[in-house]
Amino acid sequence: MKEPKLSVSAIQNGTVIDHIPAKNLFKVIQILGLDHIDSQITFGTNLESKKLGRKAIIKISDKFFEDADINRIALVAPEAKLNIIRDYEVIEKKVVEVPDTIIGIARCMNPKCITNFESVVTRFRVVSKKLVSLRCHYCEKITSQENLQII
Amino acid sequence: MNKRSLVSIDDLTTDEILKILDLAKEFEKNPSQLLLTGKIIATLFFEPSTRTRLSFESAINRLGGKIVGFSESGSSSVSKGETLHDTIRMVSNYSDLIVMRHPVEGSARFASEISSVPVINAGDGANQHPTQTLLDLYSIRKTQGTLDNLNIFLVGDLKYGRTVHSLMMAMSRWNTTFNFISPEELKMPDEFKLYLENLGLKYYEHSDFTEIISRADIIYMTRVQKERFSDPIEYEKVKNVYVLRNSILANTKPNMRILHPLPRVNEIHTDVDNNPKAYYFEQALNGVFTRQAILCTLLGIK
Repeated sequence: MKEPKLSVSAIQNGTVIDHIPAKNLFKVIQILGLDHIDSQITFGTNLESKKLGRKAIIKISDKFFEDADINRIALVAPEAKLNIIRDYEVIEKKVVEVPDTIIGIARCMNPKCITNFESVVTRFRVVSKKLVSLRCHYCEKITSQENLQII
Repeated sequence: MNKRSLVSIDDLTTDEILKILDLAKEFEKNPSQLLLTGKIIATLFFEPSTRTRLSFESAINRLGGKIVGFSESGSSSVSKGETLHDTIRMVSNYSDLIVMRHPVEGSARFASEISSVPVINAGDGANQHPTQTLLDLYSIRKTQGTLDNLNIFLVGDLKYGRTVHSLMMAMSRWNTTFNFISPEELKMPDEFKLYLENLGLKYYEHSDFTEIISRADIIYMTRVQKERFSDPIEYEKVKNVYVLRNSILANTKPNMRILHPLPRVNEIHTDVDNNPKAYYFEQALNGVFTRQAILCTLLGIK
């Protein structure tokens, strides 16, 4: 049987995002805005992974991310690893880090929060990174990992 | 000058809090000072609150300011479906400062970000009510002569009480010892206790206070509401435990004072009202001086 990584072709230049939980692939695509860019993108999903059970992988040609941008996926793919590719070679590896503030990605779990009533961009301060816990900038209530919803 | 709003008590440094309390003291000595002449203050009460609204309007009137606004959302364009965003954009064109009470949590922070003029949060749902906290601090400092090293008793509903949470957080700046007295179902939430532990502050939890009441410098009463109990029998068991009566105040410290954010229902028996240690009505009056100080501070007038 062939290795999963061979089922999507290698790229010459660009970024490979590996170890995405399969169920969150489309959230990662959405958060990074990959549905709106011109680069060639290939992805595989429901690939076997010892760590994650089923993982997804995305390869984006000619696209390199700023750390701040890539950290935005930390909420849905905390164990994601990035390979930066130049001339078919991995020149750099990166891991994602949960940022200190989360803007416009998560929903506040408090049904009485203003962000659930009017069109307000949500904003959270990350109060715990290991087991992600977010404090809403508006209602000041905590949204914990198990209640986390991506907008 | 930068636009400065007051949304949460944490928006203020300890120095700023003390400056506001000092200024409130000046207004207590001389309440009628025409410092807001020519200023228009909008009071937007999306839900009714008689005490807070009257206290603000009294403060504004004593300072010579003019008031525009509404006292319930039924008499505003909100009933036509206008968003808070649009209401605030509009009102900030008409006024020099906005005082707002709104049932939705976080609405005041949101308003302060949209508004071109300062916003004072007069209560956003169960979230924050910083002017109440400041008037509580003013009342504590005035009756005790200091905010340092006091023993504060918080009594009643410590689980849902926004007022007690804000007061506890604010008083944690001054090496306070806390005694939490509440029924099991309405105990102080763990996150607040953890907060005190991290600061190295002492707190004690009790289900009754008759034994320990002699240690208190301040007793801060709140109402135990029937609707907070999942089991009505539990409410019946505890409903008289958290009622303050004159008879249990005999051995309290001479400096001890009783505070209550009001409205009171039955948690302080009326036989306490004439005890010199009852301070809740003066506390409400202090709200006017404190709000005068807050208005002037945010408008950069004093």
